[in-house]
Amino acid sequence: MNTLWEFLSMSDANVRYVTLGSILLAASSAVVGCFTVLRKRALVGDAVAHAVLPGVCLAFMLTGEKNQLILLLGSFLTGWLSLVVIDFITAKSRIKEDTAIGLVLSVFFGVGILFLTSIQHSGNENQSGLDKFLFGSAAALVGQDLVTFGIVAVLLLLSVVLLYKEFKLISFDVAYARTIGLPVRGLELLLTTLTVLAVVVGIQSVGVVLMSAMLITPAAAARFWTDRLGVMVVIAAAMSAFCGAAGAFVSYTAPAMPTGPWIVMLLSLLAIFSFVLAPKTGLAARLLLQRKVRRQMMRENILKTLFLLGEAQDNYSHSYSNKQIRDRRELPLLRMKEGLLVLRRQGLVTKSSQGWALTDAGKKEAQRVVRLHRLWELYLTQYLQVASDHVHEDAESIEHVLTPELERRLEELLDYPTQDPHQTIIPQQP
Amino acid sequence: MNLDAFWIIMTGSLVAISSGLLGCFLILRRMAMVGDAISHAVLPGIVLAFLFSGTREVWSMLFGAAALGVVCTFLIEFFHKKARVPADASIGVTFTWLFALGIILITVYAGQVDLDQDCVLYGEIAYVPLDTWITESGLSLGPRTVWMMAGVTLVILAFITLFYRQLYLTSFDPAFAAAIGISTSLWYYLLMGAVSLTTVASFESVGAILVVALMVGPAATAYLLTDQLKVMLILSAVFGVVASFAGYYLALWLDGSVAGAISVIIGLEFLLAFVFSPTHGLVSRRRHLVVTTPQPASA
Repeated sequence: MNTLWEFLSMSDANVRYVTLGSILLAASSAVVGCFTVLRKRALVGDAVAHAVLPGVCLAFMLTGEKNQLILLLGSFLTGWLSLVVIDFITAKSRIKEDTAIGLVLSVFFGVGILFLTSIQHSGNENQSGLDKFLFGSAAALVGQDLVTFGIVAVLLLLSVVLLYKEFKLISFDVAYARTIGLPVRGLELLLTTLTVLAVVVGIQSVGVVLMSAMLITPAAAARFWTDRLGVMVVIAAAMSAFCGAAGAFVSYTAPAMPTGPWIVMLLSLLAIFSFVLAPKTGLAARLLLQRKVRRQMMRENILKTLFLLGEAQDNYSHSYSNKQIRDRRELPLLRMKEGLLVLRRQGLVTKSSQGWALTDAGKKEAQRVVRLHRLWELYLTQYLQVASDHVHEDAESIEHVLTPELERRLEELLDYPTQDPHQTIIPQQP
Repeated sequence: MNLDAFWIIMTGSLVAISSGLLGCFLILRRMAMVGDAISHAVLPGIVLAFLFSGTREVWSMLFGAAALGVVCTFLIEFFHKKARVPADASIGVTFTWLFALGIILITVYAGQVDLDQDCVLYGEIAYVPLDTWITESGLSLGPRTVWMMAGVTLVILAFITLFYRQLYLTSFDPAFAAAIGISTSLWYYLLMGAVSLTTVASFESVGAILVVALMVGPAATAYLLTDQLKVMLILSAVFGVVASFAGYYLALWLDGSVAGAISVIIGLEFLLAFVFSPTHGLVSRRRHLVVTTPQPASA
């Protein structure tokens, strides 16, 4: 606990730099990342990250010194160039985008490696530390970097806030954006530039490979919690900022631990947590919903079967054994027993020594389902000219879905029928 | 050409052949970035294999990494199909996560694992001749890496020639393949297994990025020159081998990394095909546009 307080108080200047730097970097790349992910260009960040290297080396080879600004400028230029090349290749040949990204990424990186090794072998003692661009080292952040990060973060946030509406449009509906006269090409270029900017700066603290995670992962995770872009951007930024700080904390407590990989690790775990457990859109929520619907259908099918058995003898209070029910309709035994127990709890069936019988409430519910089934069959034969021996299957599935409102409309449309296409009576609404 | 040069070029060519062949299928399936993802995601597999076997023994490393490669493809599919993450985001999230895991593992077991990041990323093919395989009788058989790569290349060649039909059908017409009883997901995972195997076998000598370059580049170049899969496979392998040769001498001239130089040559090859390809190049496209009268809008 003590370590946490020490960390949070940020009395150590180094801790301050690393933490603030990580937070700034993580949050600003997450904001830009939201747009790249929504525009289905998630992997271009990866290409930019790799394409930064030759720019850094070229800048160094031309000037012979490690001026932070010039190196950044060089990396910005080649990073930007790589995106232009990807677009050009996909537009002018039959090469698909993923291939173009892979190609540009590896070739640019190869050029960079060739330059880098060539510089290293040339014996210029100034060169040490150039490979910081390759793997990044958040722990080596100093005050100067913080200023750069701060400026870039403000620039990115400002652009996104000012052009929020325009960016939103080109992320979701390019055609519409064009119709209302937005400069789509220019906006896309600006968004690309912002992405490159985020990558170029961020790469120094997390490295080439992990940079794309800083763009993609928070955005992909945030997408699961909301359908609104504004909220998504805020969630992504918050998640990233939190993981940035947590990553810095990890390497504070265990100095050997690299900050960047820990940030990415935490972000990924958060993302996987979101994929699985987010309400409504998460995997678990969807599976639960599916199970609920399946059980509901099972119960309705049981009630219906009991009703049909009763209908044949015109005696709805008779009890039927499991076997009798399953002779009428093949239902999986375990699921059926489960369903019957729930139905009994709901007061829709009763159990006696001879088996299961419908209660009055159960009969009413069963009637409703059977009624929907037969109304639908009638509708299909009368309005869609489906042969009467083909309508049963379809009605089997729709009977569980039709709402009372649709039921009323169907009745009106069919002029309050009493018989279905098989000449059986449609139970009337009680 | 001295012996060292021969071994280096030999290794490069072997890597080029196996990854060039697999790359054709990857880019036809629009899965080039999956290859990139696998090449990074094998890192934790290698580290774990290291930890469990305690040695740098080739087979355990191959196994560990190939397993992680398949795990990576499985996760990508799972996030995409089951959790409905967009395909490209799913790739990006998965491989960076596994790569971060690998780096963290390396740091945690720094004392026990003799691996570093730059080796993983861009390898050092120039060291290949140093690690020779000497039999008990003292006979030098040449570098270990060459033998291992030769083995892997044979496996890949056998895989592609024996199952050419299945790979072809599942790549071009998955629906038809499924209709005649070829399991698309089985062949998907087999192909990804092969990609992982190649990546791992070559990562130590050429690094993850060159593997990607060799997978995507020559295949893309060949794709611009032909419409036939068989020709494309052969061309792709040839371009890879040529790049290994030229790359070696370029690196020698510039005193730089061989892996980097090979990527540069691959880029040049692609550029040439991109501009001058008789069927799909920039020049012929333009001429085509001029010669044929403009037709009413058609796809």
